[in-house]
Amino acid sequence: MPKPKSAYSQPTKFGKEDHHIIVVWVDNEAGVLARVIGLFSGRGYNIESLAVAEIDKKKHLSRITIVTKGTPEVIQQIKLQLGKLIPVHKVADFSRNDPKILFKELALLKVVGATKKLDKAKKLCKKYNGLILDKTKKSFVIQVTALRREIDKLVVSLKPLGLMSVSRTGAVAMTKGEEIFTQ
Amino acid sequence: MPKLFSGAEIVFKALEDQKVEYIFGYPGGAVLPIYDELKNHKSIKHILARHEQGAGHAAEGYARSSGKPGVLLVTSGPGATNAVTALTDAYMDSIPVVCISGQVPTHLIGTDAFQECDTTGITRPCTKHNWLVKDVNDLADIMNQAFKIATTGRPGPVLVDIPKDIQFNKGVYKISKNKLEKKLNGALSNKINLKDVDNFIEMIKKSSKPIFYTGGGVINSGPKASELLRELVSLTGFPITSTLQGLGAFPGDDPQFLGMLGMHGTYEANNAMHDCDLMINIGARFDDRITGKIDEFSPKSKKIHIDIDPSSIGKNVKVDLAITSDVTELLQAVIKRFKEKNKNFIESNKQKTAKWWSQIDKWREKKSLNFINSKETIKPQHAVQRLYELTKHQDTFITTEVGQHQMWAAQHYKFNKPNRWMTSGGLGTMGYGLPAAIGVQIAHPKKLVVDIAGEASILMNIQEMSTAIQYRLPVKIFILNNEYMGMVRQWQELLHDKNYSESYTEALPDFVKLAEAYGAVGIRAKTPDELDEKIKEMINTDKPVIFDCVVDKVENCYPMIPSGKPHNQMLLGPEDEKEEVSDEGKTLV
Repeated sequence: MPKPKSAYSQPTKFGKEDHHIIVVWVDNEAGVLARVIGLFSGRGYNIESLAVAEIDKKKHLSRITIVTKGTPEVIQQIKLQLGKLIPVHKVADFSRNDPKILFKELALLKVVGATKKLDKAKKLCKKYNGLILDKTKKSFVIQVTALRREIDKLVVSLKPLGLMSVSRTGAVAMTKGEEIFTQ
Repeated sequence: MPKLFSGAEIVFKALEDQKVEYIFGYPGGAVLPIYDELKNHKSIKHILARHEQGAGHAAEGYARSSGKPGVLLVTSGPGATNAVTALTDAYMDSIPVVCISGQVPTHLIGTDAFQECDTTGITRPCTKHNWLVKDVNDLADIMNQAFKIATTGRPGPVLVDIPKDIQFNKGVYKISKNKLEKKLNGALSNKINLKDVDNFIEMIKKSSKPIFYTGGGVINSGPKASELLRELVSLTGFPITSTLQGLGAFPGDDPQFLGMLGMHGTYEANNAMHDCDLMINIGARFDDRITGKIDEFSPKSKKIHIDIDPSSIGKNVKVDLAITSDVTELLQAVIKRFKEKNKNFIESNKQKTAKWWSQIDKWREKKSLNFINSKETIKPQHAVQRLYELTKHQDTFITTEVGQHQMWAAQHYKFNKPNRWMTSGGLGTMGYGLPAAIGVQIAHPKKLVVDIAGEASILMNIQEMSTAIQYRLPVKIFILNNEYMGMVRQWQELLHDKNYSESYTEALPDFVKLAEAYGAVGIRAKTPDELDEKIKEMINTDKPVIFDCVVDKVENCYPMIPSGKPHNQMLLGPEDEKEEVSDEGKTLV
């Protein structure tokens, strides 16, 4: 078969992809989220989850936490490209396996079913310090704060017990100890 | 109480503060208050283009040839979307452009109003930054920041979108201190580390097969950078090659200069890049037209990369020494340090690089830019060479469109000064050359400005002839007319089995009559005999000229690195190509 013909070269090497959590401190101004997200989509980077909220009302600062996957070169590019955006103050990058970092994701889960199944479901949630926010005879809504993969697992095991609705935030991250991230 | 100004007045006050002399633009409903204010500001002249894209490229041409930011003024909706190509072009080639666009009044935003579009949304990925002004009191700060961001760090375009009500509203003209200073180019600190400089020099001293590979960053850093580059290259005695955008930073006729590198670069430049043991990249970005096949790119070399944009470093190619810096500052530091310790470097190093130079001379003997000339038809390369010979005694500015003619111009026109060469490299925008030439001529009214063009490209922004006539700008449009979109035809010949799908223009205008219709002068050359006389006639005409140079229709642009091949596997001419095609042909049959 003839080789594909193109004005561009073919891709050859692929590096190993890893999960990273990118934290971006930005001015909370109109369009800033679009700038950050547009950079990811425009340059073909992944977003697995996203969490964003204002963290300092007075200084109008927001903190964006993005879980992404990429080769070390791609992760490096993401950091440098984000750094070039005018409203971006600083960019942190944590490997998902970094022991010095705390990661948490919050989920609201609604389970509907008979009492027996509900009790079983509650038991499963116990491990994750679930907090029941709402309860009826046939249902409950529980809040779980855990790692992403733990919630993934919980969701799978709750499915046969009547899990009807799932709402999850993206992961948020923070350094352990007295240290804060400076750049 | 502070004096209050209308938004439109604030725009002009800011332009005056920035010492803007020219704005390129096109009026429309949503910018009328700004156009109304124009009459009160005599120091600022407006150049009326015939299309917003033309205005944008003219602003780019002005910026590239003068070193000052180009200013563009357009209306909302179609005005802004027409400017997008020019903004993207400026973004890719790092040209400082400040675009001011009108927007529908604030209360109509989001209602799909007449001539409304999400301008900041559309231009977000093709500007360094953009703003939608929501309060007239922010306008002074935004305008001030716009110029700062466009011109500092790695330069680029910015856009300020001003709703019509904001242009009427009254506010204060007050500029607060800029707290964003340090982040304008993504670098935290631009301080040069002495250790890096020493490493740089150490690598220079260790190498026996070195090469300088320089790019548009040298031009963007200002004329001083070109002077320093010349000094460093002559201090070291090393060979130097340049990217398309870097041409002119180093004299094109200097014996140390190997010509342009890359897809249509010279044999000696590309082979030297492939075989070198030290590559010193100053202000270039390892673009795919330069590197060819990336994992066979210069496999044995140590690489130094100097770039003002940290995200350019390590993006395509891993390097051994990376320095984030402005070229001028870094070269100053390197040269100072180098001179302190290595007074007679060039003498002591001669032996070490002698073998390298003799290898380079062997490559040079291939004379890769040669072509078979003809007595009957004008060869396009010959036409560019004659244009060069007949204009080299005067300070000439060359712009181009995009395609074969662009590459022939880059190969055969020798530039000796920076800011004399304006071409759309990153985006490759057909239709760039004529409006860019207009911008250049505005910045340099007495100089000779030639747009080396193709007959297909020039038609993309031909309406700007009207602008050239209006402002009496004697730009020269030198069309290498082969009736084909030449580069498309060449790729189709080499890669698509000579299926010349839609690359032939069956109905072209008579360019001489077209020139006359606009009120310009038309000249046509058909044979090599008359070429010189006609070129002289063009140069001596003090009006815009369209020069229809009828050239060989099927000439291809060589040398060439075919797609997916490394630097040392170039096609030098039709002979190489035949072998390639017959091999391919066999597998197909």
